[in-house]
Amino acid sequence: MKVVLQHLTKRFPSRTKKGDDVIAVNDFNFEIPSGKLIGLLGPSGCGKSTTLNLICGLEAPTEGSILFGEDDVTRLPPENRGVGLVFQNYALYPHLTVLDNILFPLQNLKGADKLTKPQMMEKAMQAAKLVQIDELLERKPSELSGGQQQRVAIARALVKMPRVLLLDEPLSNLDARLRLQTREEIRRIQQETGITTIFVTHDQDEAMSISDMIVVMKAGVMQQIGQPQDVYDDPINLFVATFLGTPPINVFDGCVKGGMLYVGEDPVMAVGGVADQQVSVGIRPEGFNLDPQGTFRSNLVRVEVMGRDTSVVSTHPASRNPFVRSIIRADNQVDRTKKTVCFSLMPNKVFLFDAQTDARIPFTWEAQK
Amino acid sequence: MENKIDFDRIERRAAVRKRTFQTVDYVLLTLWALLVLFPFYWMVLTSIKSYGSYNAEYIPKFYTVAPTLQNYADAFTTVPLGRYFLNTIIYTLVTTGLMMIVIIPAAFAFARLDFPGRQLAFTLFLSLMMIPNELVIITNFVTITNLGLRNTYTGLILPSVTSVFYIYLLKENFEQIPDELYRAAQVDGTTDLKYLLRVMLPISKPTLVTIAILKIIECWNSYVWPRLITDDQNYFLVSNGIQEIRENGFGRENIPAMMAAVVVISVPLIVLFLIFHKKVMAGVSRGGTKG
Amino acid sequence: MKKRSMKGWLYLLPAILFLGCFMVYPLIDVLIYSFEEGYNSASQTYYGIGLYNYRYVLHDPYFLQALRNTFILVIITVPLSTGIALLISLGLHAIKPLRNLYQTIYFLPYVTNTLAVGLVFMILFKKTAYSDGLVNLLLQWFGGSSVDFIDGPYWAKMFVLCFYTIWVVMPFKVLILTSALASVNPEYYSAAKMDATSKSRVFFKITLPMISPMIFYLVITGFIGAFKAYSDAVALFGTDLNAAGMNTIVGYVYDMLYGNSGGYPSFASAAALILFAIVLTITCVNLLISKKHVHY
Repeated sequence: MKVVLQHLTKRFPSRTKKGDDVIAVNDFNFEIPSGKLIGLLGPSGCGKSTTLNLICGLEAPTEGSILFGEDDVTRLPPENRGVGLVFQNYALYPHLTVLDNILFPLQNLKGADKLTKPQMMEKAMQAAKLVQIDELLERKPSELSGGQQQRVAIARALVKMPRVLLLDEPLSNLDARLRLQTREEIRRIQQETGITTIFVTHDQDEAMSISDMIVVMKAGVMQQIGQPQDVYDDPINLFVATFLGTPPINVFDGCVKGGMLYVGEDPVMAVGGVADQQVSVGIRPEGFNLDPQGTFRSNLVRVEVMGRDTSVVSTHPASRNPFVRSIIRADNQVDRTKKTVCFSLMPNKVFLFDAQTDARIPFTWEAQK
Repeated sequence: MENKIDFDRIERRAAVRKRTFQTVDYVLLTLWALLVLFPFYWMVLTSIKSYGSYNAEYIPKFYTVAPTLQNYADAFTTVPLGRYFLNTIIYTLVTTGLMMIVIIPAAFAFARLDFPGRQLAFTLFLSLMMIPNELVIITNFVTITNLGLRNTYTGLILPSVTSVFYIYLLKENFEQIPDELYRAAQVDGTTDLKYLLRVMLPISKPTLVTIAILKIIECWNSYVWPRLITDDQNYFLVSNGIQEIRENGFGRENIPAMMAAVVVISVPLIVLFLIFHKKVMAGVSRGGTKG
Repeated sequence: MKKRSMKGWLYLLPAILFLGCFMVYPLIDVLIYSFEEGYNSASQTYYGIGLYNYRYVLHDPYFLQALRNTFILVIITVPLSTGIALLISLGLHAIKPLRNLYQTIYFLPYVTNTLAVGLVFMILFKKTAYSDGLVNLLLQWFGGSSVDFIDGPYWAKMFVLCFYTIWVVMPFKVLILTSALASVNPEYYSAAKMDATSKSRVFFKITLPMISPMIFYLVITGFIGAFKAYSDAVALFGTDLNAAGMNTIVGYVYDMLYGNSGGYPSFASAAALILFAIVLTITCVNLLISKKHVHY
């Protein structure tokens, strides 16, 4: 079931007489293909949870429409849309057993959809097996671990075979070890059922690792939508570039003059097709190569050994962050006695952004020999 | 287009249903509110009807054409209402004051101090909460009688001073003050007593006020104990004073004056409540949920 | 460190003194009293130890009447008041504007002197030589005949007592239930909405179980409080409850201590202990039932 958002806007009237209205979701337009796992990604307060609430119907949009497939569901109440929602805090009914929690939505079906008891049990068992909690059906939620509770919440959302499955920050309440495991689980469940799934997170690691597509949001405005690797390799603006990637991209002040990119005062590489202007320069940590003849020079602070890679921490006068991090292969030897370290840059890991608007400025380069 | 129309109708019907439900809700809630307020209204109304006009009404009237304050004057002159008032004020203030002096150290001991047998002592205190007042009142009656303290303030006040319930409430409140404050004070060389007075009490002021108000309400309305141990009119409180007026004073004949007395008795607490209503309701609900 | 450890007892001392004197000692004393037979308070002597006091009390017609009155009061007022309180709380919960105003109004009876307000109820319900009273007026408007609720037939008196008792206990119950309703996590309601749960199902399957501990607490304390009824009856009918036939168990206890029959602390103790035993039993029964029905 594909999900289409058209001009979706949600405005909250301001609480004070003077303040402006808060626009939580600002003119969203995108189409989510059927059967895919989509990550809504953004910092706290960017409107991603509100978007989720709009899609599931717990909140009504100020403007715009939402379509499931060909049906306009914008004015349908949530119970009639066929969505399943997994709450951030799971919202499992504490006084019911796991089995009763999963059966609960089925018991609400009326009229033509009404199921017999054995049918309900069968569906519940299917859902339980899918999320692998069929051993724990007689327990109460308070007797389960966080990860188990979440699986019950997922089962409860899936048991009525929704058209769209929504998850609100599914991994934020779990400890680090469980997070890795659970995000694989979510991926597996999504692929087995083939249900269009949208989840919301502020952790770009999570979003990148399991999503078919990611949507990056900031302050209610959609920044970029695309496959994770594409968004990473081809950010549309400075915000998207800095939001994705661990360690984060290194940002510098620079300018382009006469076809040459200057980072601070130093010319570092030739860039084609760019007019002279002030720019913000983003260089991915993996975009540095140790090169004694390299054009990029920075002041060495320390070298951190990470086993497979080595992280070279340095400072540079034009850097906007306190430190510049470069990730290089561990078999490179860094001369720690020297004060400066020299790198050459990989052009595909260098991004230019307009100094005022932060929009990406594409450029051409000659292939390295 | 077909869909859109359906939505409008559904939404309108839902809105209508919601509005009818809300109207019924408001009607019922208002009904109960009237039921609650009506006795007070009647109280005040009757108190300003003159004696003659009240008794002339075969069918009680909801209004009066000639309101008078004569009843209030009667209430204070024909029976010692003023005296009852005074007694009640003294009783309430002294008992509440004494109670604060007793429960603050006790709650502090349970919440903050460490001493051998503390857990046991607390459990014993808690179990005392289960003892109904009706049992202990018997012996207290005999005790006070034997000590010759009937018809005295002392006899009225002493048994009413303390209640485990308030110790428990205050202790819970003290426990919420973080340990770090205590340890920091210790490092500064503060004695326990100073810590209690300078740090804990100011922080707990809201709860202390609530507890005091609850105790004031309890004292003002207390009936059984004063009734048991006082038979001298000079020592009656308002509650058993009212009973006295009803049975031996003008109660039988002069209803409006009775009502004036009732109004006078009820007003202080109602005023107190209206000022502090948030605190009072919060305190009662907290005490209730802890139970 | 050792020095500090005893200081705690010092802080407890005032409380221990008061409680010991006026709570612990009386408790033991009452027990002893109840078993001392033929106690004469004038000479402070007694015949022997035994169950005479209990036997006397249990055969005393005044006690039996008080027992009957109290039981009727309990059975009628506890379920009714809890049920009405629940309805009112649900009604309050469903509205936003004016909620605080209503809550404050509803709480008024809690802060008023029950003796004082009881008088108002008395004059509203009583039929005198001058007038039938307001309530009777209403009754006649609806086509009924007037009844003296204060001095008249037993059922009328019981009715007023129950009515007044419910009026008095409502504030506390409504307050507790409204805060219980407010404490239910709204996410449960959102989740139920997503699952297309009908209003009645939401109430019975989610709301009610979540507030069941509080409802249960009100039932227990309601029973205990109703068994101890006394001041409300006095407020309506006057101090001589036996004459009105509306005595309660507690009233009987106080009568034995002080009333016209003079000082019989032994009988009073026996009656009080019987009351305590009844309350204890009922509370235990309630607790057992709760294990099955209440969800914590």
